[in-house]
Amino acid sequence: MPSIVKPSATHPTLQRNALDLTIRDYEGTMSTLCAGCGHDSITAAITRALWELATPPHRIAKLSGIGCSSKTPTYFVSGAHGFNSAHGRMPAIATGANAANRDLTYIGVSGDGDSLSIGLGQLCHAIRRNVRMVYVIENNGVYGLTKGQFSASSDIGSKSKRGEANRMSPIDPVRLALTLGASFVARSFSGDKEQLVPILKAAFSHRGFALIDVVSPCVTFNDHEGSTKSYKHTRKHTLKATESDFVPPEKEILANISTNGSTSVAMHDGSVVRFTAVPKDYDPTDRNKVVAYLDNQPVGECVTGLLYIDPGSSEMHELGNSSATPLCELPYEKLCPGSSELERLQEEFR
Amino acid sequence: MHDVLRTRVNDFAVKLANVNGTGSASANGLLMQAIFRMGIPVCGKNLFPSNIQGLPTWYEIRVNKDGHSARALDYDLMVAMNSQTYQQDIKEVRPGGYVLYDSSWPLDRDLHREDANFLGVPLAEMCNRNFGDPRERILMKNIAYAGAIAAAIDLDMDVVNALLEEKFSTKKALLESNHKALQLGYKYAKDHFECPLPFRLEKMDGNADKILIDGNTATALGAVYAGCTVAAWYPITPATSVMDAFKGFCEQYRRDPETGKNNYLIIQAEDELAAIGMVLGASWNGARAFTSTAGPGLSLMNELLGLAYYAEIPAVLVDVQRVGPSTGMPTRTQQSDVLEAAYASHGDTRHILLFPSNPHECFHFAVKAFDLAERFQTPVIMLSDLDIGMNDWVVPRLTWDDSYRPDRGRVLTAEDLKNVPKFLRYTNEDENFVAARTLPGVSSKGSYFVRGSGHNKFGGYTEIPDEYQEVMDRLKQKHAASAKFVPEPEIHRREGAKFGIIAMGGCDPAVREAVDQLDRQGTPADYMRVRGFPFSEVVQTFLAEHEFCFVVEQNRDAQLRSLLTLETSVPKEKLKSVLVYGGFPLSSRHVVQGILSQLKTF
Repeated sequence: MPSIVKPSATHPTLQRNALDLTIRDYEGTMSTLCAGCGHDSITAAITRALWELATPPHRIAKLSGIGCSSKTPTYFVSGAHGFNSAHGRMPAIATGANAANRDLTYIGVSGDGDSLSIGLGQLCHAIRRNVRMVYVIENNGVYGLTKGQFSASSDIGSKSKRGEANRMSPIDPVRLALTLGASFVARSFSGDKEQLVPILKAAFSHRGFALIDVVSPCVTFNDHEGSTKSYKHTRKHTLKATESDFVPPEKEILANISTNGSTSVAMHDGSVVRFTAVPKDYDPTDRNKVVAYLDNQPVGECVTGLLYIDPGSSEMHELGNSSATPLCELPYEKLCPGSSELERLQEEFR
Repeated sequence: MHDVLRTRVNDFAVKLANVNGTGSASANGLLMQAIFRMGIPVCGKNLFPSNIQGLPTWYEIRVNKDGHSARALDYDLMVAMNSQTYQQDIKEVRPGGYVLYDSSWPLDRDLHREDANFLGVPLAEMCNRNFGDPRERILMKNIAYAGAIAAAIDLDMDVVNALLEEKFSTKKALLESNHKALQLGYKYAKDHFECPLPFRLEKMDGNADKILIDGNTATALGAVYAGCTVAAWYPITPATSVMDAFKGFCEQYRRDPETGKNNYLIIQAEDELAAIGMVLGASWNGARAFTSTAGPGLSLMNELLGLAYYAEIPAVLVDVQRVGPSTGMPTRTQQSDVLEAAYASHGDTRHILLFPSNPHECFHFAVKAFDLAERFQTPVIMLSDLDIGMNDWVVPRLTWDDSYRPDRGRVLTAEDLKNVPKFLRYTNEDENFVAARTLPGVSSKGSYFVRGSGHNKFGGYTEIPDEYQEVMDRLKQKHAASAKFVPEPEIHRREGAKFGIIAMGGCDPAVREAVDQLDRQGTPADYMRVRGFPFSEVVQTFLAEHEFCFVVEQNRDAQLRSLLTLETSVPKEKLKSVLVYGGFPLSSRHVVQGILSQLKTF
């Protein structure tokens, strides 16, 4: 992953966020992925979402595993600390990082190989612990860096570039997350930035684990006829279950209730996620209904949107009753019981 | 006349053969603790099966006024409470020794030995007569034999009673039952045998500045005192009690009195792959974090230990070694993870190791492990073992210097970063080849990308040979530099020593005793106990000074010897091996015999 530094010139008319930073300040080095890779669009969406949220770059921690997807954290927010770890191990490293410092904004970027095969166990347990982080799966149904093997998210019947059809059932991260009790579950498409950016913003506001499965076509190994993760196939088969809108805390909520039904969900930080154009009876806060809705869609349809949200769930630190001050910032004096206590304690060892 | 029949005070061994899951552990622990409180040097070894209930289990108590605390293989008294193992147990009593058994049922004639004395106590019968509840009858049998032993060896009953009072202060009914059972055994022995036996206890003042503690508890306490706030682990014998103890201490010391919040977070991970990952994440973010595991877990952790080594992230790992390979014997002790720990992970890697020899060192080395991990920005593996970790040892009281402050190593603050033109992660190294790191969340100027992929000294991705090698070369120099910071070996010299003995960890008590015995037999030897890796100059000098050395260790493949030959200039043929690796703690006899048999062949 050679890094190519972008020129630092910024156009004077570029818009600035609340921190007086332009979107250029949220970019990273140049992407070295294939031209047209879905992942680059996701990178652009992440960049935009963090810029719009005006998250201080140095308060962002970006983590990844191994694979094409896992290269992407270098392509956004250069001012953030990054951790490109080992294949499938990002969830554990993010969990430990979050354990030490609960105050940073965590984003993990992974892929279908990294998350659904080698790292499946760690993903499941990060969900169970409800580690506060945004977890993006850049899902292309294929192993790119090793040149085109099926991944665990390949659909039955989807064809490889050489024409071989996958016969094993796929692991769907959305259903997996719902089953495991995830508190924020969404799916989007790399080609739909308008949908993805608000989902990302809502995810960053979520106090808990936010899983976003983003179908992200691999132009080199999985964009052909017969693939169910190609641009063409995804565009044709996308079914939007929700359109969500993210309203930051300081903005006044303008009433814009769709006739088709609308739901507003208040987030912990005072922001609001507003769902518009929700199909009748679709309640993104009712897990059973969401699962039932997904079960009732025709096979092969790619249901997108912010599908489920539970803003009241307890995240890892709440479950562990850990200190409000990040553990890494506690002064040593608070941590060491001292010599006289050691002296006293040892009476118990006699 | 067998020497056992000569009166011996505070110098004998008792072995108790039990069935696991019957409550014998508390009776055995009671005996051990009572002897300790009488001020007499004592050691207890629990030889237990990997099973919850029903299989044979043994406990050995050795009393030695001179303080020798290795396993004794000569048993003066066998407390045979398990009919499944009668045959083997009765065979193990030294000639002239005693067998205490439950005479509620007659002992098979074939089991009798002419050269041993049999003390039958109708334990089951007495307990059935005196206790109603079936479970209580089983439990109290143990306390009853403890009473009989107390009479047989002159254990101070006031001490035993005081211990029972402390133990059951809140459970009056249990206290009464225990007192009753103890008296039953005691009285029966007094009435029926000539008490005390020729070997007996006598109060001493040997333990005034000592405590009775297991290594895992001491390790956990060390982690608390070191200021560790994040721990991640996966349950595994024999390391589980490290985290159990850590949790207990944290609940005691780390709950904020004002907020009621925990100043720690312990995560029971899904496996060891994740446990070490969490440690890396937390350490990367600036918390002191550790994990505890045993061999199978260390195997899984290899992957991320390589990442930590290469990306230079501190990590503390406590490996409480057990018998391998594979699942091996989970409840038996060994020193067989040495090479795996030294070079854990694929590629060129090498780690800092600490070899504590007893719970006292577990405490201090645990603190040291955190300091070294942060100073050298690398994993530090403390190699304890089941014998040290799970048995209670009599060790000097732990002391603490309140002026201690954690060595956080080179970490740049936001202020420091202001004075740096540009932060480049792996440049500007100090005399120990350590470059300054930055912590996430502090300053954008300090941001960099941690990666396990090839990187140059600026932290950037590289596939250029020279850039890659430059970093790898520095890592090797950094590891070598840490030799000056790991604990120095402990050296005991004897006048006229013709050769050296080298050991590590839990071999120490047996080797020390062996050195004494060898000296008495006219074969003086110098003894060096290595306490850390990489090896310092002192280790090198000791090797050079001696014509040859015996390396005593508890594994089949002479792993410490291999490490010495790989990492020092000692010629291979100068190092002989004494290897005992069946899974039980070492005895001086193993060492003396192992050395003498080889000396004869020179």
